[in-house]
Amino acid sequence: MLKINNLHAEILGGEKILNGINLNINSGEVHALMGPNGSGKSTLANVIAGRDTYNVSDGEIIFQNDDISEFLPDERSRKGIFMAFQYPAEIPGVRPWQFLKAAVDAKRLTEGQKEMSVREFSSFFDEKAKEVGINSNLLKRSLNEGFSGGEKKRNEMLQMLVLQPKLCVMDETDSGLDVDALKTVAQAVNGLTDSNRSFLIVTHYQRLLDYIKPDFVHILVNGKIVNSGDYELALEIEKSGYETYL
Amino acid sequence: MDKSNTISRKSNISDKEYKWGFNTNVETDLAPKGLNEDIVRLISSKKNEPSWMLDWRLKSFLHWKEKSVSSGEPTWPKINYPEIDYQDIYYYAAPVTEDKPKSLDDVDPEMLEAFEKLGVPLQERAKLAGVAVDAVFDSVSVATTYEKQLKELGIIFCSFSEAVKNHPDLVKKYLGSVVPYSDNFFATLNSAVFSDGSFVYIPPGVRCPIELMTYFRINTEGSGQFERTLIIADKDSYVSYLEGCTAPIRKSHQLHAAVVELVALDNAEIKYSTLQNWYPGTKEGVGGVYNFVTKRGKCLGKKSKISWTQVETGSAITWKYPSVLLQGDDSIGEFYSVALTNNHQQADTGTKMIHIGKNTKSTIVAKGISAGFGNNTYRGQVRVLPSADNATNFTQCDSLLIGDKCGAHTVPYIEVKNPTARLEHEASTSKVSDDQLFYLMQRGISEEDAHHMIITGWSKEVFKELPFEFAMEAGQLLKVSLEGAVG
Repeated sequence: MLKINNLHAEILGGEKILNGINLNINSGEVHALMGPNGSGKSTLANVIAGRDTYNVSDGEIIFQNDDISEFLPDERSRKGIFMAFQYPAEIPGVRPWQFLKAAVDAKRLTEGQKEMSVREFSSFFDEKAKEVGINSNLLKRSLNEGFSGGEKKRNEMLQMLVLQPKLCVMDETDSGLDVDALKTVAQAVNGLTDSNRSFLIVTHYQRLLDYIKPDFVHILVNGKIVNSGDYELALEIEKSGYETYL
Repeated sequence: MDKSNTISRKSNISDKEYKWGFNTNVETDLAPKGLNEDIVRLISSKKNEPSWMLDWRLKSFLHWKEKSVSSGEPTWPKINYPEIDYQDIYYYAAPVTEDKPKSLDDVDPEMLEAFEKLGVPLQERAKLAGVAVDAVFDSVSVATTYEKQLKELGIIFCSFSEAVKNHPDLVKKYLGSVVPYSDNFFATLNSAVFSDGSFVYIPPGVRCPIELMTYFRINTEGSGQFERTLIIADKDSYVSYLEGCTAPIRKSHQLHAAVVELVALDNAEIKYSTLQNWYPGTKEGVGGVYNFVTKRGKCLGKKSKISWTQVETGSAITWKYPSVLLQGDDSIGEFYSVALTNNHQQADTGTKMIHIGKNTKSTIVAKGISAGFGNNTYRGQVRVLPSADNATNFTQCDSLLIGDKCGAHTVPYIEVKNPTARLEHEASTSKVSDDQLFYLMQRGISEEDAHHMIITGWSKEVFKELPFEFAMEAGQLLKVSLEGAVG
């Protein structure tokens, strides 16, 4: 699914963040990426999604047999990469419904399908909205505008459920969430898990991993993966912190 | 806006093109270039106008020649353009209906594409390429549909020229009552040489059941365009009027100096919506329309309401300030605007709300989008006269910048002469943020579509004031106009 080889990246015109990442995610696997603040976790998530404020100076990102290093963010998305944002942007005057239909249609058009009918999309959208427990009044407002932290994250999960991506990169989706919202996130992820879909869950804490059992856990320090293991590794971090790696 | 219920001068072209009286060819239908008394007389006689109309034109011309020319064009707007040679303009260009079709291949592909995007069907587009449509759109009113049905309600909707002939009392009473012939350089010029336009009268107690629409199209190269529109809403009446404008691509600049006057009597409401998409010139700033327009409404009666909504995407230069004189007690004035400047376009636009009556209310929502080398100025005036007890105004000016070579300016003038007035002013300037763009693109939406979505969302407060179909078209216009500005 995703193969990252010797990836080096820096902030455009600035500091180097990633120092030779190697990561291999197969279909159906759930990977957790943990690390202390400033280790480059979010950078890696953003670089996979193609954010242009970072420059990839070396290495390659292979997604479904294509080197996507030069792909635009929207091309990557339509190929099946989804990123759940830590801080989703607010878009005044754009309704979540309208936005998500445009996203679904963009993908369908790329795949040679027709745009979804309004009726078909509506019922699909309503069903998924119910699943993530998002208040329907919220969906009449502008996208993310005036949403609480928890509401924003639920909205991210709604988008993930509707778009049904192949690879879900979750950038600290658990940060600032209460237990209920955390469970919603976990439900969304667990509901989507299947042999054709993979997850990369970026998190600082082990908390979310109580609800989503990862197949692999990686520890990122100073832009390098310094240790990989299974779920036990996350528990170990929970107990003794990142100190041993610093 | 149900098409079958819409009055559109655009829709019935094919039916009308041979019924029209202009069976002369191009050469003889163009009066010589330049402006003098003879030209004014010629225009009037071509239209078989009564003497009072000619007198009004001559009075205006005299004022223009003796006062306007020496004092010059207004210099206070933040716009730049080379000096206009008023003797190098055709002041009378009547359309030609002679069969002289151009093939679609002759039309600039960019233009074809633009029409495609504007949703003008191929058939319609094919006609636009032909001379027949030149005849229709060239500043002379050619067809008014539903005239009969409206007449049954007592509504008058006809060309200005017809109104002069058939409803002289109404025209005499209200012409120049809102925008006097001496008002400003361009209004005076218009008063002398105006070609045609629309006339609307809604009788007391009548709610006009359909939207009235005029579609303006400039065509003849080197000709000035001087439309004149007069709308009167009598007591307890309502009308929604739409205006769309396009022009073909011309290398030279074209002057468009229109005047619109609205009068609302007791309890009457006029809603006036504009989609202005005159040719903006090339990406390098060659050609394009100079849109120097005077639009003003008078809330003459108590509890009357005038609402202007405009989406200004076209023209090389836009200079216009649709305004409301709030004379009647408890009257309401509104102005909702989105003005877009891309490439080398310039816009200096806004409104004036003059509070005269008691308890008068005004609302201004002005949004300016600047891209490329575009320069966008909001200029607005709110005046509260001593008589206007308890007047209130709310003003919101938002600017959106795309790129780093454009400019946005906000120039609000506020003059309050009554201590009971309440005024609020909000202003903001923003950019389309990288976070917003990345967010939308991460969901699979292309950069161009993402920009469009953000900008349309940002403009929503204004778009929602437009009739539905117009709102859709406005969104498309923004998209077309911003092409090349992003990425």
